[in-house]
Amino acid sequence: MSLLTKEKLKKSVSSPSRIAIIVAVVLVVASIVRRITGADDITSAGATGATLRFTVPLLMAGLGGLWAERSGVINIGLEGMMIAGTWIGAWFGFLHGPLVGFICAAIGGALIGLFHGLLVVKIGIDQAVSGLAINLLALGAARYLSSIYFAPNGGDISLSPQVKQPGVFSIPGLSSFLIDLNAKNIIVISDAAGIIGGFVTEISYATVLLFLLVPISTWVLWRTRFGLRLRFCGENPVAAESLGVKVFRTRYIALAISGMFASLGGAYLCMVSASVYREGQTAGRGFIGLATVIFGNWRPTGVLAGSFLFGFTDALRVRQSTSVHAILLVIVILGLLFAMWKFFQRNYKVFGISALSSLIVGVIFLKVPKIPDEFVTFFPNLATILVLVLLAQKLRPPAMLAVPFREREEGH
Amino acid sequence: MKLNKVFWGIVAPLAAIATSLLFVSGILLLKGNPPYETLKTMVDYGFTPRNIVAELNIASSYYIAGVAAAIGFKMLLFNIGIDGQYRMAVFFAAVVGGAVTLPPILHVTLIIIVGAVVGGLWGSIAGYLKVKRGISEVISNIMLNVIAGGLVAFLLQPGRLGEQADGSNNLNTPILATSGWMPTIKFLDGEIHSFVIVSVFIGIGFWVLLNKSVFGFNLRSTGMSFRAARAGGVNAPRMIFITMALSGGIAGLTGMGTLLSETHSYSISFPAGYALTGLALALLGRNHPVGIAFAAYFWAFLDRSAGVLDLNGVPREIITIMQGTIVLSIVVAYELIKRINQKQEQRLVGSAGNEQIAAPKVESEKNS
Repeated sequence: MSLLTKEKLKKSVSSPSRIAIIVAVVLVVASIVRRITGADDITSAGATGATLRFTVPLLMAGLGGLWAERSGVINIGLEGMMIAGTWIGAWFGFLHGPLVGFICAAIGGALIGLFHGLLVVKIGIDQAVSGLAINLLALGAARYLSSIYFAPNGGDISLSPQVKQPGVFSIPGLSSFLIDLNAKNIIVISDAAGIIGGFVTEISYATVLLFLLVPISTWVLWRTRFGLRLRFCGENPVAAESLGVKVFRTRYIALAISGMFASLGGAYLCMVSASVYREGQTAGRGFIGLATVIFGNWRPTGVLAGSFLFGFTDALRVRQSTSVHAILLVIVILGLLFAMWKFFQRNYKVFGISALSSLIVGVIFLKVPKIPDEFVTFFPNLATILVLVLLAQKLRPPAMLAVPFREREEGH
Repeated sequence: MKLNKVFWGIVAPLAAIATSLLFVSGILLLKGNPPYETLKTMVDYGFTPRNIVAELNIASSYYIAGVAAAIGFKMLLFNIGIDGQYRMAVFFAAVVGGAVTLPPILHVTLIIIVGAVVGGLWGSIAGYLKVKRGISEVISNIMLNVIAGGLVAFLLQPGRLGEQADGSNNLNTPILATSGWMPTIKFLDGEIHSFVIVSVFIGIGFWVLLNKSVFGFNLRSTGMSFRAARAGGVNAPRMIFITMALSGGIAGLTGMGTLLSETHSYSISFPAGYALTGLALALLGRNHPVGIAFAAYFWAFLDRSAGVLDLNGVPREIITIMQGTIVLSIVVAYELIKRINQKQEQRLVGSAGNEQIAAPKVESEKNS
């Protein structure tokens, strides 16, 4: 890829007006598709609300993975930390209400993160082994503790008693206005109203607070001295150490935050997405969180975008499976538009690939009446593999990710 | 040096098991269960003749998964994709085996080969991604596991490749014709899958391949040092690809004993989690065929004897916790031993007045 196009790419990502254009195009296409297919759910306020509830757990796992990986440690234990979060959140939420549930889950997750840190940073065992062992331990511990604590309190070995959900709020006036507008069925405007309406109607306080962690993560990691050091540890720990950065301590903090975030995502799952702890509730979301880190090119906003995409498909699958089918048409149209754009740029290779794949998706749209749920379930994984295959050169993972590092002896 | 290595190779796993026993005893005490009596009931239950047979059958599956993981480890590859490879393999082996009728031995051979090939192909995806795209096999394999699970669940629907027996919720592939069954051997109170013998041969094959073949030499040397192997004319990327495929191929045989001698069809009730087990066993057995065999039996013993715990009011998940602690303690133990050895060697080298750092490093890598 030439320098010129790279420059262009950079521009297209950063420029707000381009983002606005892209959003507008997607909106128009979605609106048209909704008319054609009658899949009302793709732009309804309800779908946006559900998307939010499915997005936040992925986002928290993703941010957790991001913090760990930026400091140079891969955290495969995200899934286990989420499981711990669901359990701790449910138990303390049941006893003392959702706020205490979230706080305890955060503390518990941070402790597990520190434990991962002790194993991989201090002792230096293989990072994947430690992560997998944490997943195994969390799974066993959750079931074991459930049988002790949940069973006598109206739950059982795989189910907690009902947990109170944190409060919700709607922005007065705006919410009902947008919902009304959505019902009026005006092209594009109603769709936009529906999507925005989902963001201001019956939003959980927890959702808002957890979403704030995206800008906070960006700010800390890219705008503070500590963040710079943390990323330094991920890019070149030897150099960082020689410049006086305490690599071990930084990584400990990163892993504590990583565990805390993943655990908060778990607590959100059992207290906002549901109102009960259920075994297997996390359903591999920790691993999808790892995927969003790659998908988002190791950036918080990228993680956010990935989580939205995966959360959206998940929400549609649960609410109305026909909508997933309609999404195919959106992909076809967007793909063809993208191909045309590339054609005018004389980038024939990309044009060929995107035109061909859009046509293939188009044939699938016409021939297959309903996308099987199994495919929707592994869509995040497939998408990540495709991103890795197609865009491997453009991804910028931390240079020393998962490479063992020892502090110098004199440092002690 | 040799004695030292063997000594630690036996002491470290035992120490890890002891640590986890202590830990589990502590947990049991917290809940008010007597640890000694609980563990004793477990051991007694685990060694009843009926259970020994069941454990041998389970252990043979675990063993194959362990060998698959060990081959990867020898090359510093972390094959966490065993789950997906095994699931794709046993599913397609069941489908192909159920679709044809052949003379007995041929039929069984075909099923086994299909399993190995499908597992190998699925494993080679991760190998390809690693070699050509530089993608960590851990990430790609995690993703591929989920994709494999989804694909198999999709294909298993009635009307595609699966069927549903009347009045049952269980989906399965068509039952194999009897020519595709492997006999069971009467032993103690039960029937042992004859595939257990195959798994013994897999272990022997693994040892021979690793220690007596050029391929094995190249594999071990690439695992020890990429650059040295390259300088010696080994095509390292190619070795990675082949190892990943080979590991997947062996992982593809994991469920064969159950398929050929027990269920005779693939169903959704086929267990998951072989990746974790396989990796744990390879770590516990130090990638040695005999070590993995002991570890596999031990693991199967734990799984099986946990059945008695529920009857005694102890949640059986205590076993999962125990397995997790064993894995962690063993890895920590090896790491500490490696550290101590390195220090000792450095001191030795230092006292001999030799300032070369490279020599002890190579030595310690060999020992690890």
